[in-house]
Amino acid sequence: MVTETAAPAAPPGAAPALSRRPGRTGRHIGRLLILVAILALVLYPLFWMIGTSLKSPEEIVNNIGLLPRELTPGNYPDGWRNFDVSFGRFFVNSAMVSLLTVLGNAISCLLAAYAFARLRFRLRGFWFAIMIGTLLLPGHVLIVPQYILFRTFDMVGGPWPYLPLVVPQFLATEAFFVFLMVQFIRGIPRELDEAAKIDGASPFGIFRHVILPLSRPALVTTAIFSFIWTWNDFFRQLVYLSDLEDYTVPVALTLFIDSTSQSAVGPMFAMSVLSLLPVFLFFVAFQRMLVEGLNTTGLKG
Amino acid sequence: MALTTAPSSTPRATGPVRTPADRRGSGRIWQREGLAGYVFLSPWLIGLLAITAVPMLLSLYLSFTNYDILTPWSEVEWVGLTNYERMFTSDASYWHAVQVTLAFALIAVPLKLAAALGVALLLNRAWRGVGLFRGLFYLPSLLGGSVALAIVWVSMFNRDGAFNSLLGFFGIEGKPWVNDPEWALETLMVLAIWQFGAPMVIFLAGLKQVPTELYEAASVDGAGKIRQFVSVTLPMLSPVIFFNLVLETINGFQGFTSAFVLSNGTGGPVDSTLMYTLNLYIKGFVDLEMGYASAMAWVFLLAIAVITVVLFSTGRFWVHYSDGEER
Repeated sequence: MVTETAAPAAPPGAAPALSRRPGRTGRHIGRLLILVAILALVLYPLFWMIGTSLKSPEEIVNNIGLLPRELTPGNYPDGWRNFDVSFGRFFVNSAMVSLLTVLGNAISCLLAAYAFARLRFRLRGFWFAIMIGTLLLPGHVLIVPQYILFRTFDMVGGPWPYLPLVVPQFLATEAFFVFLMVQFIRGIPRELDEAAKIDGASPFGIFRHVILPLSRPALVTTAIFSFIWTWNDFFRQLVYLSDLEDYTVPVALTLFIDSTSQSAVGPMFAMSVLSLLPVFLFFVAFQRMLVEGLNTTGLKG
Repeated sequence: MALTTAPSSTPRATGPVRTPADRRGSGRIWQREGLAGYVFLSPWLIGLLAITAVPMLLSLYLSFTNYDILTPWSEVEWVGLTNYERMFTSDASYWHAVQVTLAFALIAVPLKLAAALGVALLLNRAWRGVGLFRGLFYLPSLLGGSVALAIVWVSMFNRDGAFNSLLGFFGIEGKPWVNDPEWALETLMVLAIWQFGAPMVIFLAGLKQVPTELYEAASVDGAGKIRQFVSVTLPMLSPVIFFNLVLETINGFQGFTSAFVLSNGTGGPVDSTLMYTLNLYIKGFVDLEMGYASAMAWVFLLAIAVITVVLFSTGRFWVHYSDGEER
């Protein structure tokens, strides 16, 4: 789809500027063809997934091509109702966890980042080094004792089972976002702080009136990545959620694997497609920002 | 910015601050800022304590016990180094998981970086539409870690999946890749390599920093394209290669989702996809041997630390930082 639009658009537009030497246009087209070929390979699984989600059970076995011979949109409602709990519930659960994570990360990480980037306090260097250290700490290492602690405080499978997933996010435990925001705040001219200080602003005033409004781009980047990562996260949600009704979308998707009867494959693919939809929409809306954010900070996708 | 409305909490009595240098001299303001610093830092500090530090200490303690979450705390037994001994001497599946993880990281990470660099070189020049290409190559990095994509991947490499039909098109007989102990891990490697978009974007940023004069000078000296790549691009890019290598290696060791989905949480077929973290999950949350799992977690942490240190120490020999430039 995309390759078709990109391929004809690029060479004619670029040709006049590049054709000082005759070999250049040819080389450009050659490179473009290689890129289109690689891109086709890279995007193939995604298109195949969408195609398969629209195939009937027989076609899934017989026709391995991209396009279904006969559209079977019924996989979507079937998948939606495949379990005792509707997939709508799983989507609501995932959305709730993701949105609270976004909120928690944005608030708590910005507070910490402001302290690290702008305020002078005892042991700042020490705490900063620790924060950088936690950047490299794999989450899998802490999962067992964290689980035990949350369980001790009756937060696992309690009245609101998402506490273990959400509480840490309000305590700036995502060091990556703290670091990203520290880097960003360091780029805000200190003169603005000084001016506010002369006007009598306290550290709180400076945060409220200078840093907070100017940190919008960093907050948006954090929000986007936090949402996408939490939406895709599986490990922690698998560990903490045990009741079917509380499942988030990734955990619910694994239920399909248990029942790999032929008739479940279509619905499984349909729900897989739907589960990627929010991430894909974010990608379409913020494509430039995602790539740039990655560019400047080395964020992982 | 509404700077005119000074918060009422600011005592006017301290008077106007005349110069930035004065701030440093004023102990009272320093103290106030110090207090504010800790107020702003408090969520992070609480998080560090409750979500990171205490669990780490707890995990260290548990690694010397036979804790299994079902027995009450009072009956938890201190078993000394038994867990570690078992790990290193008598638990065959543990060593198998270590091998699987090392193989995964050693093969998938270099190939992923090579793919990322190759495509980044092709996308380095600016032309109309290049942004779209960059974005689309990055897309798998956003989706690839999800359960949904792992499900698709497993289906693709099934006996009657899309990959075998592609092979059939070329007259090659396929096999049930994901059910074959010899090939299951390789299909996961391909999935990991497929997500080369994130390091690719970082490579693109690095390539932008290479001064074009260097290529011109090299070309004047008669260096061909390949020579320019080896003598200019690679050394100039080495800090970015290093950054990607460290990041991707640490990530590679933590592979979990795809292995879980492929094997339905077992690490099969025949333990061929028993990644370290999957093994840890099984021991801790399926077998409920949380003491043992804690010991595994600590060895994992130390291993990652050692590998990072080793990477950094080898980096001295091949990572080239151009002078005066901050990285």
